Amino acid sequence: MLGTGLLQGLAVTARNFLGSFYDRRRFVTTQYPEQRTALPEAYRNFPFLVCESADDPMGTLRCVACQICEKECPPQCIYIEKSKDKKPDANGKPQIYPAVFDIDTAVCMSCQICVEVCPFDAIKMDQVFELAATDRFGALLMDRHALAKPNSYFQSIHPTEAGEVDSRLLAARLAAEEKARTAAAAKAAPKPAAPKPPAAPSAEAPKPSPPLA
Amino acid sequence: MSAGPTDAHLLERAPFLLRDWLTHALPEPLRWFANTLIAIAAILAIFGTLFALLTLVERKVLGRVQNRPGPNRTGWFGILQPVADGIKMLTKEDIVPRAADPLLHFLAPVALLGFSVLTFAVIPYGRDLVAVRLDAGVLYFFAAGSATELSIFMAGWSSNNKYALVAAMRALAQLISYELPLLLSAVPVVLAAGTLSAPDIVESQGGFTWGFVPHWHVFTPWGAAAFLVFFISALSESNRSPFDLPEAESELIAGHLTEYSGFKYALFFMAEYFGMCSLCGMAVTLFLGGWQAPLAALEFIPSYAWFALKLCALLLVFIWIRATLPRLRMDQLTRFAWKFLVPLALVNLAASAFWSLSFGWAGPMQALRWAIGIALAVGPFVLLGRRLGAGIGPRTYRYA
Repeated sequence: MLGTGLLQGLAVTARNFLGSFYDRRRFVTTQYPEQRTALPEAYRNFPFLVCESADDPMGTLRCVACQICEKECPPQCIYIEKSKDKKPDANGKPQIYPAVFDIDTAVCMSCQICVEVCPFDAIKMDQVFELAATDRFGALLMDRHALAKPNSYFQSIHPTEAGEVDSRLLAARLAAEEKARTAAAAKAAPKPAAPKPPAAPSAEAPKPSPPLA
Repeated sequence: MSAGPTDAHLLERAPFLLRDWLTHALPEPLRWFANTLIAIAAILAIFGTLFALLTLVERKVLGRVQNRPGPNRTGWFGILQPVADGIKMLTKEDIVPRAADPLLHFLAPVALLGFSVLTFAVIPYGRDLVAVRLDAGVLYFFAAGSATELSIFMAGWSSNNKYALVAAMRALAQLISYELPLLLSAVPVVLAAGTLSAPDIVESQGGFTWGFVPHWHVFTPWGAAAFLVFFISALSESNRSPFDLPEAESELIAGHLTEYSGFKYALFFMAEYFGMCSLCGMAVTLFLGGWQAPLAALEFIPSYAWFALKLCALLLVFIWIRATLPRLRMDQLTRFAWKFLVPLALVNLAASAFWSLSFGWAGPMQALRWAIGIALAVGPFVLLGRRLGAGIGPRTYRYA
């Protein structure tokens, strides 16, 4: 009969209306500024620079200003200037560091290509989304001071990826130390007859590790 | 304005006591004038507040229907939202397009609001609580109400905007189409009550059968059918979903409101809600017993409270329907009016005439009277409904 469909529709909306008062599963709205849902681990939007220490972010940046990300960035939102001098990195080896490292978040399209091409695990995706600013030109252009965040922060937002990166870096460092020790031993005892011990599990590192001492 | 009931208890007489306390110091010739002014002020204040609350309640209810909380940032549970909206509307720039007719553009919202407020004059809000006791009150109500169509066309024409003009044409077609069933569904009530005066129509619905079934018109077969037709037409007359074609956002931006901003837009909005309130008030008056209590035992609650309760219930149904039904297409809209509502209302007029003629039937004849009455109300509904849906199957898209 005419109108029965309308009544069914009205019953649906009435059920929704009443249900929203006692059924928490129906009433899914999060009161955003006060309540926050935990972001999924896979969530990522803008890149940041990883540094080793929160106390000295500029001194412990992993970035060596190789400019691969700058060249690969599709919208060209990264601007890097190499330093003239060298500073020791986390392993004590003197490295060039970025004197200027700017990312224009107004231009960035969050494609993550910079992260994928970085051979030093120095740039990773962040989870900040409250980037609203009143200044269109200055505030959305983030310099290296704003971009640098410690490795512990990376651990907290992407634990799986950070754990994998850390174990790879550690393995590479151990392998390098082992190699250095072998080289030192070889230099100390100039008899090449000594059997060379097998290398540490460097096969785990698919990316080329930074050249270490 | 009468002196008010003298034998009723204090709460029932409270509005009159308050009015007399305010005006008793004035000389006799001025007192009538002051009493009228007070009635106007009271209507504007009460319905202005109701409008503000209704915008909030509507948004809250729509939110709950969609399983979200609705506005809750301004004040306790968003209670200050209407104030915030008002401040926003007042501080917005009032833009008049260069090509518009400035005088008509200005007059349209004013006229619309004026005509909508006029309709409040004849609705009985309680026992003897009516601003103007007109003998032809119902006629006056529909005359003032249909003048709003003029102002909507004024708005569309003066804006000099194609969307506004198309919307105004649509509004005219829609409002004129639905004016007819609206009037035709009010005629049976006039026939049954034998008067065009709204307070007398309410009086005629007093009393109870077996002590608990009130003599409201909606509880008769023809009354239920007429109430349905009246309610659907009222939805359309107040441009409410699913008949909100004149301001169909998806097709016409905002319809005749496209070129309005700031306070003029707020006036349109206000007039729309005023029209909705007055149509609901008239529906309560004609079919739901006006200010009459639903049970004799509940008559200690003042009459205006009963009227307010019924009015709010109808307004909530309006909101409920808006939350449920999608918008009709223009051809569906007019087909529904001319092929369904108008014939239904005409047949219903005959049903109402039969009901009046068979007033004296008693005993087993009473059962026959009800059977014929129900058949005259339900039969056309089913048959016309079948005709309406005939030939409109699922749509086939030949070139898609």
